[in-house]
Amino acid sequence: MISEEEQKTSKIPVWDLPDVPKGKLPPHLELQRTRVLCTFDAPTHTENIRYSGAYASMGVDNSLRLEDFRNNFKVEVIKLTEDDMEFDMIGIDAAIANAFRRILIAELPTMAIEKVFIANNTSVVQDEVLAHRLGLIPLKVDPRLFNYMSENDEPNERNTIVFKLHVRCERGSPRIKVKSNELKWLPNGSEFIRSTEKSTADSTSKTKTYTSFSCGQDSLPEFSDNPIAPKHDDIIIAKLGPGQEIELEAHAVKGMGKTHAKWSPVATAWYRMLPEVVLLQEIEDERAEELVKKCPVNVFDIEDIGKGRKRATVARPRSCTLCRECIRGDDWDKLVALRRVKDHFIFTIESTGALPPEVLFTEAVKILEDKCERVITELS
Amino acid sequence: MVVREDDPVLFNDLQEKGLDIDKQALAAPVKNAVDKFQLIPEFLKVRGLVKQHLDSFNYFVRTQIKKIVQANDLITSRIDPNIYLRYKDVRIGEPSIIIDGVTEKLTPQKCRLSDMTYAAPIYVNIEYITGSNASKATQMKRDVIIGRMPIMLRSSCCILYGKDEEELARYGECPLDPGGYFIIKGTEKVILIQEQLSKNRIIIDTDKKGCVQASVTSSTEMTKTKTVIRVEKEKIYLHLNQFTSKVPIMIVLKAMGMESDQEVVQMIGRDPRYSELLLPSIEDCVKESVHTQHQALEFLEQKVKKLPFSTGTDKEGRALSILRDLFLANIPVRENNFRPKCIYVAVMLRRMMEAMLNKDAMDDKDYVGNKRLELSGQLLSLLFEDLFKTMNDEARKTIDTILTKPIRASRFDTSQHIVKDSITVGLERTLSTGNWDVKRFKMHRKGMTQVVARLSYIGTVGHMTKISPQFEKSRKVSGPRALQPSQWGMLCPCDTPEGEACGLVKNLALMTHVTTDDEEGPLISLCYSLGVEDLELLSGEELHMPNSYLVILNGLILGKHRRPQRFANAMRKLRRAGKIGEFVSIFVNEKQRCVYIASDGGRVCRPLIIADKGVSRIKDHHMKELRDGVRTFDSFLKEGLIEYLDVNEENNALIALYEEDAKEGTTHIEIEPFTILGVCAGLIPYPHHNQSPRNTYQCAMGKQAMGNIAYNQLCRMDTLIYLLVYPQRPLLTTRTIELVNYDKLGAGQNATVAVMSYSGYDIEDAIVMNKSSLDRGFGRCIVMKKMSAISQRYENGTSDRIIRPSREGYEAERMQILDDDGLASPGQIIRPHDIYINKESPIVTRGAVTSPMGLPDSAYKPSRQTYKGPEGETAVVDRVALCSDRNNNLCIKFMIRHTRRPEVGDKFSSRHGQKGVCGTIVQQEDFPFSERGICPDLIMNPHGFPSRMTVGKMIELLGGKAGVSCGRFHYGSAFGEPSGHADKVDAISETLVNHGFSYNGKDFLYSGITGEPLQAYIFMGPIYYQKLKHMVLDKMHARGSGPRVMITRQPTEGRSRNGGLRVGEMERDCLIAYGASMLIYERLMLSSDPFEVQVCRKCGLLGYYNYKLKTGICSTCKNGENISTMKLPYACKLLFQELQAMNIIPRLKLTEG
Repeated sequence: MISEEEQKTSKIPVWDLPDVPKGKLPPHLELQRTRVLCTFDAPTHTENIRYSGAYASMGVDNSLRLEDFRNNFKVEVIKLTEDDMEFDMIGIDAAIANAFRRILIAELPTMAIEKVFIANNTSVVQDEVLAHRLGLIPLKVDPRLFNYMSENDEPNERNTIVFKLHVRCERGSPRIKVKSNELKWLPNGSEFIRSTEKSTADSTSKTKTYTSFSCGQDSLPEFSDNPIAPKHDDIIIAKLGPGQEIELEAHAVKGMGKTHAKWSPVATAWYRMLPEVVLLQEIEDERAEELVKKCPVNVFDIEDIGKGRKRATVARPRSCTLCRECIRGDDWDKLVALRRVKDHFIFTIESTGALPPEVLFTEAVKILEDKCERVITELS
Repeated sequence: MVVREDDPVLFNDLQEKGLDIDKQALAAPVKNAVDKFQLIPEFLKVRGLVKQHLDSFNYFVRTQIKKIVQANDLITSRIDPNIYLRYKDVRIGEPSIIIDGVTEKLTPQKCRLSDMTYAAPIYVNIEYITGSNASKATQMKRDVIIGRMPIMLRSSCCILYGKDEEELARYGECPLDPGGYFIIKGTEKVILIQEQLSKNRIIIDTDKKGCVQASVTSSTEMTKTKTVIRVEKEKIYLHLNQFTSKVPIMIVLKAMGMESDQEVVQMIGRDPRYSELLLPSIEDCVKESVHTQHQALEFLEQKVKKLPFSTGTDKEGRALSILRDLFLANIPVRENNFRPKCIYVAVMLRRMMEAMLNKDAMDDKDYVGNKRLELSGQLLSLLFEDLFKTMNDEARKTIDTILTKPIRASRFDTSQHIVKDSITVGLERTLSTGNWDVKRFKMHRKGMTQVVARLSYIGTVGHMTKISPQFEKSRKVSGPRALQPSQWGMLCPCDTPEGEACGLVKNLALMTHVTTDDEEGPLISLCYSLGVEDLELLSGEELHMPNSYLVILNGLILGKHRRPQRFANAMRKLRRAGKIGEFVSIFVNEKQRCVYIASDGGRVCRPLIIADKGVSRIKDHHMKELRDGVRTFDSFLKEGLIEYLDVNEENNALIALYEEDAKEGTTHIEIEPFTILGVCAGLIPYPHHNQSPRNTYQCAMGKQAMGNIAYNQLCRMDTLIYLLVYPQRPLLTTRTIELVNYDKLGAGQNATVAVMSYSGYDIEDAIVMNKSSLDRGFGRCIVMKKMSAISQRYENGTSDRIIRPSREGYEAERMQILDDDGLASPGQIIRPHDIYINKESPIVTRGAVTSPMGLPDSAYKPSRQTYKGPEGETAVVDRVALCSDRNNNLCIKFMIRHTRRPEVGDKFSSRHGQKGVCGTIVQQEDFPFSERGICPDLIMNPHGFPSRMTVGKMIELLGGKAGVSCGRFHYGSAFGEPSGHADKVDAISETLVNHGFSYNGKDFLYSGITGEPLQAYIFMGPIYYQKLKHMVLDKMHARGSGPRVMITRQPTEGRSRNGGLRVGEMERDCLIAYGASMLIYERLMLSSDPFEVQVCRKCGLLGYYNYKLKTGICSTCKNGENISTMKLPYACKLLFQELQAMNIIPRLKLTEG
């Protein structure tokens, strides 16, 4: 008894401690390096340790090897629909995943209505508000087929898409809703005649409109069997009372989400780190039931371990929303640990419809590539 | 509520099912407590939000005006008493205007647009004499118009009265507009509710020196006087304006026939302490050797103020007539019977003595029960009475002058001499200036009307409930500003402005009603038949018998009653049965041993549920009938389930907050506790969790929030309208919001807020905004300004003209937006310096016209009007309206619309008095995002919370978050948790957890910049944010060089004049202390008003520069020998010259520099 007591309290000399295996981090450091620990009060160890010599004292090389990256990097598509996409990106740094997200939101170009020529608007919606609403309508058109229009450019078939909207609510009829399907594509450009200052001088020339298309866009092969239209037909633009009328022409140009959110190709794009739920101890019977009941998203399951005893297991860690119910109160945080895997990203892209999400992502990769290219050339 | 606690399953069930809660909760069997909430919407349905104004005006129009006309119905000529004109009847017609002999009906919207007054003709039926001398004939005339009365919107005279939504829409009116205001010359004017000390009541208080005094402000139809009885050095004196100095009260009593001192003592009460206090006064009286009534009157005669133009003939009667007519004028003296007055004085003395012996008996002037609210009807009736009397006097005068003339051309007709305009003009002018100058009633008040605040819907409604104070704002007193316990349920405890008017300007609570006058006659006879012993029959001794109470009706002592409680109960029973007016209050004052019955106007009262021995009279089946529409609020009143209590009667009631709390002695139960707040404070969710000043701040800010003004907001032509492009209804609502229709005309947007620090541009309450949110329309607003132009017609027959713009030439560019008619056309984009009306005025506007057929073009000079707006911004001409103004000139109004998106420096606020400016605008990709991809709309710094203690805002965030997750609007009514009108935090947390959020509302967020998770969970969710009207664009100002003031040549002042920025005294002090002399020199002179002067070194005076001789010359020395040139601020030179002009010679002594 006494000897045991002594053994426990007696100090162990440092040199008697077991050696840390070289080339491998001790488990707690490894945990901190690869996981975000979501404790009850705050997430800890959220940062990525990028410095190659961070663990040099322990003989661990923290540098990233291209070889390793190639071997470990994985992309798994979980869900892909017309507009939405969810995929896992594994083995990559948060900075790069974030770069994709940022590019998707702000730097991928799309087409959006920028200029609105209002010929007549007797509705209650003010001109500016109407124009703003039109601008936010997503258009189903591949922006890669168009050029940017710079300040001095004439609008032509390569940089401008023209839509027409002409709706009238007849007197005596009930109120009508103007929806986005009323936006009619004008492949031949603007139909509004430009009243030039000296219209009498060159009356011989073709009447000038607000665009100078050299050919109709519908004659171009890209659009011949794929007419340009708003992505959704049922977006309400305005409501018209009897006798009210809207007549306008909307010019869409290419732009980037940086300038205005209407050019953002995604409704939103984001990622989350892969949740990891660990049971630090065996949780059995009532406690297990309690745990299962606690989680609103059914992360835990109950497993029969015979003799009528039950044990909690982590069945669906991926659906964890980090509500932290399972670690709330009564020392539950000693039983369950919530973590995030730092190099596993569940990436979601919700496209607005201009391009399918998978194309958006590849485009984003290309832009990042371009940027890297540029940095390299600038540096060398 | 007990049910809820008993039955958590049901409660949770209801919570989950969301919107079904109403139907199910209401259909569910309730065990003991009845959900009385439904009464409030029912109450507001019958009452509207501004019933007090409407009731008051309706009373004036229906009753008061008839009384006034009846009281002054006869105009008799002084020359020939047989010639008279008698008003038979008076009534107010429909709002209309007579143009060129054609009567045209008016609608309020038409009046607003074309600057007219919404007024209706006042019709009278008259009987009068035509002819004179021998050939007289009595004639009758019906519907003679004597003037036009401005009509309160939605009152019984208004065409909008009782109209449904569709009809209102047809009139161009907003169905949610509360009415209660007037339209005078196109502007909407409210007559503010005026707070006053009650009239005809004894108020015991102390004067500045601490002497106890009893004062009565008497107000009758005839006169208004103030009587003060004050104790000075133990002796009691009367102070009355008509006496030159104070008068011993005993002498006054003697003058009124109370010659026996014993009787006086008896009347006051036989308590020896009272006699002791009275003794010095009696001694004083003896010292003056006044013993009889005659002596007393003689004594008083000495003290009577000599009128400047007194005739002196009826001199001996003066003192008596003052005592009869002016001293305590509210007590009528019939056939020189002064006894009621003596008793009244005795009661006053007794109460004073009580107060001297016991300070608690002192009256509190700030007590709401001692106050009366004067409403538009009362104020208008005063004004009308004055104008009507003036008109009658004028008519009599003209009749007399005509009758004195020996020869008259036409047959005499009395009815011809009523002047119509004086009433019309008088009413209109008073209402538009707000200056009540009624000499007849010694009334000179300013600022009684205000232009209706149309900044936001809630501001409009809040304006109608505003009560303006009786005191001047400058007085530094704390008493009247403090929150009175008696304000409970009557006046909003939150809604008061900050600063000088703090606590003085108040607002009505949601359920408050202000009474109108009620007939006294039936009440008096009722009191007598219920056993009140008449005053006339009582001796002084009997007056203050123990166990008998005085009965006082509206300040008039009726008599005494031996069983006051029984009497009061009987009266109340009659009131509940509807036999006497529902607003009559019966108040048994145990301390003063009086029963006060009040039926006068201006008392504040509120409805309460009656309980018998703690059991509510309202049962489940009543509420069910209400829900089924079988019952109305009025039927509750009629059946005696609910009654109105005023502040005084509340003292006799034991009011339980909830039915469960009711005990044996409970007499009433509150309907809902959140009704103690007013309209503005009702918007705040969970106000009972906030620090109280925050609620007050929000009340002030809610009125500045942009949003929807009214349904007809786009048809209005106000000078300035602020609108939000995409207003929303708050996710976290309150019952008040629904009751006042704030959910239909909201002023704000639900923004997803993350409470965290970000970028350093969020210090001092600044908020960081998401650029993409702004791109998508968050906080976008429309500012509309009215510009108007008048095509004037001049006295010589010429007039302005609006001509076709020149399409060529150097001004063509500025005239681009003009149509061919010379006016800017709607929809055009207008930039600063653009001409919006191409108007020309004749050069000669006076004297005879040179040519009969129009003027040549050369006789006109251009008087175009140009748009001045912020440089670099474009606005749009929204609407152009043409109408003719009152002088029949063409008036053109332009509404200029400017759509703005939020920018750095624009002011925003949540509903918890947490205002802040936009500190920076950040790209969406830099914003943090949550695990679900949610990106906040704005980021608020957490430092805003600890010192402000706005816990309500945090609960709003939680509730909003739960609301968006489960799809049900959550509630946060004040004190609503026990009754289920506010969601409890526990329930909200549960909803959050069920939808996968943390119970505390904190989310796991990733940084948008680094991509790594943030090292803290972030409190994030939707909060209703208001955009306030203060925007950078309207305020930013800078100038280099610019305009200067003519007289001093210094830069002008103020942004509107493009003025300079002043280096003030304090800035100057800093520069002096720093020793930056050259900087001072530059700022104060070179950049301001440098001026070169010629100074004579000899005489030190300023000379001038002679350009011919090219030298400076001193005008005093008459030579140019000792002239130096130097620089001086022009203002300094001006000062010298001005000093010289007043014979002070400033001399400059120059030394070599």
